[in-house]
Amino acid sequence: MAKMTLLQAIKQALELEMEQDERVVILGEDIGENGGVFRVTDGLQKQFGKERVIDTPLAESAIIGTSVGMSLNGMRPIAEIQFLGFIYEAMDQLASQAARIRFKTAGGYSVPLVIRSPYGGGVRTPELHSDSLEALFSHTPGLKIVMPSNSYDAKGLLIAAIRDDDPVLFLEPMKLYRAEPQEIPEEAYEVEIGKAKLVKEGFHATIVSWGPPVVTLKKIVESYEQEGIHLELIDLRTVAPLDQETILQSVEKTERLLIVHEAVKTNGVGAEIAASVSEKGIFSLAAPILRVTGFDTPYPVGMVEDDWLPNESRIRKMIDELLSY
Amino acid sequence: MFEENQLAFDRVQLLNEEGKINNPSSDMPISNDTMLHMYKWMKKARLMDEKLLRMQRQGRIGTYAPLSGQEAAQVGSAFALEKSDWLCPSYRDLAACMVHGMPFDQVLRYVKGHLYGSRNAEGLRMLPIQIIIAAQTLHAVGTAFAAKLKHEHTVSVSYFGDGATSQGDFHEALNFASVYQLPVVFFCQNNHYAISVPRKQQTASNTIAQKAIAYGIKGVQVDGNDLVGVYQVMKEAVQRARNDEGPTLIEAETYRLGPHTTSDDPNKYRSKEEVQQWMEKRDPIIRVKKYLISNQLWNEDEEQSLVASLQQEMDIEIDQVEKEPTPSLAEAFDYVYATKSNQLVEQQKYVTTFSQDKGGDLHG
Ligand SMILES: Cc1ncc(C[n+]2csc(CCOP(=O)(O)OP(=O)(O)O)c2C)c(N)n1
Repeated sequence: MAKMTLLQAIKQALELEMEQDERVVILGEDIGENGGVFRVTDGLQKQFGKERVIDTPLAESAIIGTSVGMSLNGMRPIAEIQFLGFIYEAMDQLASQAARIRFKTAGGYSVPLVIRSPYGGGVRTPELHSDSLEALFSHTPGLKIVMPSNSYDAKGLLIAAIRDDDPVLFLEPMKLYRAEPQEIPEEAYEVEIGKAKLVKEGFHATIVSWGPPVVTLKKIVESYEQEGIHLELIDLRTVAPLDQETILQSVEKTERLLIVHEAVKTNGVGAEIAASVSEKGIFSLAAPILRVTGFDTPYPVGMVEDDWLPNESRIRKMIDELLSY
Repeated sequence: MFEENQLAFDRVQLLNEEGKINNPSSDMPISNDTMLHMYKWMKKARLMDEKLLRMQRQGRIGTYAPLSGQEAAQVGSAFALEKSDWLCPSYRDLAACMVHGMPFDQVLRYVKGHLYGSRNAEGLRMLPIQIIIAAQTLHAVGTAFAAKLKHEHTVSVSYFGDGATSQGDFHEALNFASVYQLPVVFFCQNNHYAISVPRKQQTASNTIAQKAIAYGIKGVQVDGNDLVGVYQVMKEAVQRARNDEGPTLIEAETYRLGPHTTSDDPNKYRSKEEVQQWMEKRDPIIRVKKYLISNQLWNEDEEQSLVASLQQEMDIEIDQVEKEPTPSLAEAFDYVYATKSNQLVEQQKYVTTFSQDKGGDLHG
């Protein structure tokens, strides 16, 4: 066991999978010599050569479209989109190409492709670098969306994603890249895609979240604990497919649900969770389902982003409201 | 310095409108036998096209994009491929697909909107038919990239129209293919229209072939209604790709004689005279037939019996496919992911029980 940041964990996952499977190649902008803008792929080109760690021209649609073709011809490409906001350039290749080929060919072809991309706020990036776009893609059947919040999960989920036979959008929370290192095993292991994690057991209310807010929530939940309020915290980890069972089981127990996410509120993944809990668990609820999210504006400029993000004070206020029913 | 549009270009033509070889002293790239074989394919494609148009009018298939007029471009180019090469087609390339190995019954399933209509036959290296303009140009780059990494000597060919050359994907594809020197052939059938928009309004370049220059790859323009010319330039491009000499952009100048699709009225944007010109003077099938007849390789009796037997073959296959049971919507849930999510299982169960309650009919 060694302590690793989320960034190191991701890099190790890439390295281990490239070592054990020749079909794995990675491609993207500045990932070779430069090792990626966050240094996630640092040194990998030296280790595996230019044929397996491919610096591409600056063209997102081509990065994903080429990866689709590669995976149709037996490779397992891992494409990097430098920042999630740039994925709009490749919308067609991802949503209408990669995600649909299995369906179109009735199982004849599959696209074992991973698209890695940093996302998420609180790091004062320029415009279009921080947006959380998971809801946009969760409307695309055929795609899996993974959003880890810690090193252990990141490594295991990425390895599972690389071994998965379907396209996986793997979103890396920029803010947590170099957050507190965690003890994780040196060897390859998988964390199941599509399974939420029960971070903390409790019985007064359930909080469901994913990505960077999970870290904030851990602290909040602990401080409530000291006041004798036991909140159950679920880290979704995978947005598609959605682990409804874990959420429902928890809500049946706690009778209260709060959803916290960074993405804009309207038509967000939180809305889907609320709807499915209403469909299947409304009679266990003792309070309305509440949400703390980003607002329905474009991701704002740096000077106001801390207020835009679901921050500690907004979360606490909503927890108190939830418990007041 | 380059003056825009001042680039000299030779348009390749071997078999002219009169069905004569332009330069009889040079070697023919194909034998008379092969030529006859290709002619039969062209004929088959034309008859299929007419048949499918009629079937669409009768409501037996969905929207259909006819290819009549483009038989030389498609048959000639697909004949230059090996079975192990990758073909990445668009909706108008059914003749090329069939030459490469897509069976007619599968064409029928595709145009009927069958759930399994785009499933690839075992061992056939062909991507499903592309609807999004130019997306397949990148897939060809990807399959070629993989072939290169795996040291396989296969070539990938992407088929697209003149309209596709306006899309970003086309340019990204040419650029990638050139940077990595990939074994790809970009085969553009310039049929002069993207639905209603004429070629001149699509791009201000004199030719599409010249776009290759900016990407540092080879560009060729060929008379796309000349079966022999198309075969020759395609054969060369495929050979270059296989020898690791890089990608080629081929512009085959052709014309679709019919509408864009069955829901389009071409009289709105094309003059009768223009269409007439292409039909009478440049029909790619008439040209080959003239050549075959003048060389005593074919006659009207043989023509009639070929048509009769092709019609009969098609009718039998159509009949069989039309008798196949309708796939159920419930099956659709099996092909979204390798393993179904709980939500999909739940929805599939719903569809199954709902249709059982309705006696198997989801609509009634
Ligand atoms: C991305 C995209 N935009 C628009 C369309 C609608 N559309 C279908 S065919 C077509 C024209 C394409 O023309 P061209 O590339 O010249 O091919 P052709 O139909 O002539 O073979 C258009 C605009 C589409 N299918 N995909």
